[in-house]
Amino acid sequence: MHRLPAHVKVVALLGFVLVVVATPREQVWAFVAYALMLAVVAAVARVPAGFVLPRMLVELPFVVFALLLPLVATGPRVDVAGVSLSVHGLWAGWNVLAKGTLGVFAAILLAATTEPRALLVGLQRLRVPALLVEIASFMVRYVDVVSDEMRRMRIARESRGFHAGHVGHVRVLAQAAGALFIRSYERGERVHLAMLSRGYTGALPVLEEGGASAAAWRLAAVLPAAALAVGATAWVLA
Amino acid sequence: MHVPDGFLDAPTSVATAAVAGAAVAVSLRMARGELDERAAPLAGLTAAFVFAVQMLNFPVGVGTSGHLMGGALAAVLVGPWTAVLVLSVVLAMQALLFADGGLTALGINVVLIGLVTVAVGWTVTKLVLALLPRRPASVVPAAFVGALLSVPAAALVFVGLYAVGGAADLPLQALAATMVGWHVLIGLGEAVITALTVSAVVAVRPDLVYAGRHLQPALELRGADGRVPDQVPAEPDATPDRRRRTGGLVAVGLAVTLLLAGVASFYASGSPDGLEHVAEEQGFLDTARDHAFGDLPLADYGDVGGIPVGLAGLLGVAATVLVGWLVFRLVASRRPDRPAATSDDRERV
Repeated sequence: MHRLPAHVKVVALLGFVLVVVATPREQVWAFVAYALMLAVVAAVARVPAGFVLPRMLVELPFVVFALLLPLVATGPRVDVAGVSLSVHGLWAGWNVLAKGTLGVFAAILLAATTEPRALLVGLQRLRVPALLVEIASFMVRYVDVVSDEMRRMRIARESRGFHAGHVGHVRVLAQAAGALFIRSYERGERVHLAMLSRGYTGALPVLEEGGASAAAWRLAAVLPAAALAVGATAWVLA
Repeated sequence: MHVPDGFLDAPTSVATAAVAGAAVAVSLRMARGELDERAAPLAGLTAAFVFAVQMLNFPVGVGTSGHLMGGALAAVLVGPWTAVLVLSVVLAMQALLFADGGLTALGINVVLIGLVTVAVGWTVTKLVLALLPRRPASVVPAAFVGALLSVPAAALVFVGLYAVGGAADLPLQALAATMVGWHVLIGLGEAVITALTVSAVVAVRPDLVYAGRHLQPALELRGADGRVPDQVPAEPDATPDRRRRTGGLVAVGLAVTLLLAGVASFYASGSPDGLEHVAEEQGFLDTARDHAFGDLPLADYGDVGGIPVGLAGLLGVAATVLVGWLVFRLVASRRPDRPAATSDDRERV
């Protein structure tokens, strides 16, 4: 999976997630099947669970929302362990939890097996507008530089005894953010001048070709095809 | 904390993705006008800045911290079209590389965080700027209000999307009240951080703030001996002609309006309009409550006070014209009279 070209992976995973989102929520078995499929892909790509699980915390606020839904939704209610929960809310909460978690899992697998630069090449092959890909390239290239600059500013603040304790300190942090913007923007201007002096005419040269073979497409199609089979069955049974 | 997959159903996700795609396509064209060929590196660096600053945790008291979303800030600093591109790229990279925001929900996230916050933030900033004195420092309070309103606006749009394609049937008023209420607080934090950041930039390089680019005093040419040479004559003014043409249009329009309101209104039909007719037929006409101003003499176009409808019509036209003129004077008086100093963007390098 690490060796597949990025655009193939993006299309495959997007197809997979679309099928997941379109699956009726009552067919719980379908979602278990999807999760197993993703686990198989993770095993084949040798992505350890320790890599995936911490990154799934990003969806925590929506897990909270999904857990609250049965309590606040309207409609017929049912008693679970002494607490009155809305049936609609239970289904809706399950819907959000299942589809959201599967989506996050799929996206983490994509991120774990694709380098950012390769991802950008893939996006370019998928005919994403050139300007957007260029902006993304510069962002990927310079986000480490800008974050590092922010880290150095933080170290400078702390070595002068500043600790962000209460709301009044926001001003200092905002000044740091403002200074960071000025430095980033001026860096952007210098980068532009450097590119001009090396013959930039307005569009970056196309990155390496990296076309995908039919075998690669077939391999990548296995996941969304399997998902489609499960999804179609779920639709028919619903 | 971006919207994950499955939160809104498939048709809504696809529709918002289409809207987002269209908006990004338009912004691609217009951003070139804002930044010409420097768009890619400058927008890219701004995207890196927005990404980095979203990780900056600001203390908000009681042991918690919040972080900036950056829509209004980006709009004020680099202009609305570039801001849409910057935020869309940040959101896409977050979804693809960090699983922050569902792959199928990218359209929703772009609409909410990339479009609504930028559009509302920018429009409100410009409106407030029109009311403030023309100084670079005026951008700061304008950005504050812009950021303050942008966040609840996005929350409202989210409630609207949820009403269309959401999972559970939550009572909409309760959801709207909670979402908007919570996001007004978040908007307050965002407004404070945005205003302080913009003020930090204005203090050092006011020319880098896109929203304030017309507020700079014009450069003054001075000779070697300190004399100010004669001003370069402005381009031949097109205003006399334009004023004459608009003046004629206003006069004719006003005459027609007065005729309709003052004379033709006497011949208007007295039958109930569509809604009233259906209400009578279906029997729910009496559920209508009285208007708060229903007892004033002008109510019901003069019926209550015995004033002839033509006179009521004339008074109405006069009031509308007065209010409209005041509003437009306020907005238009802040536009620069002189031709914009030759692409001040180029001066920056």
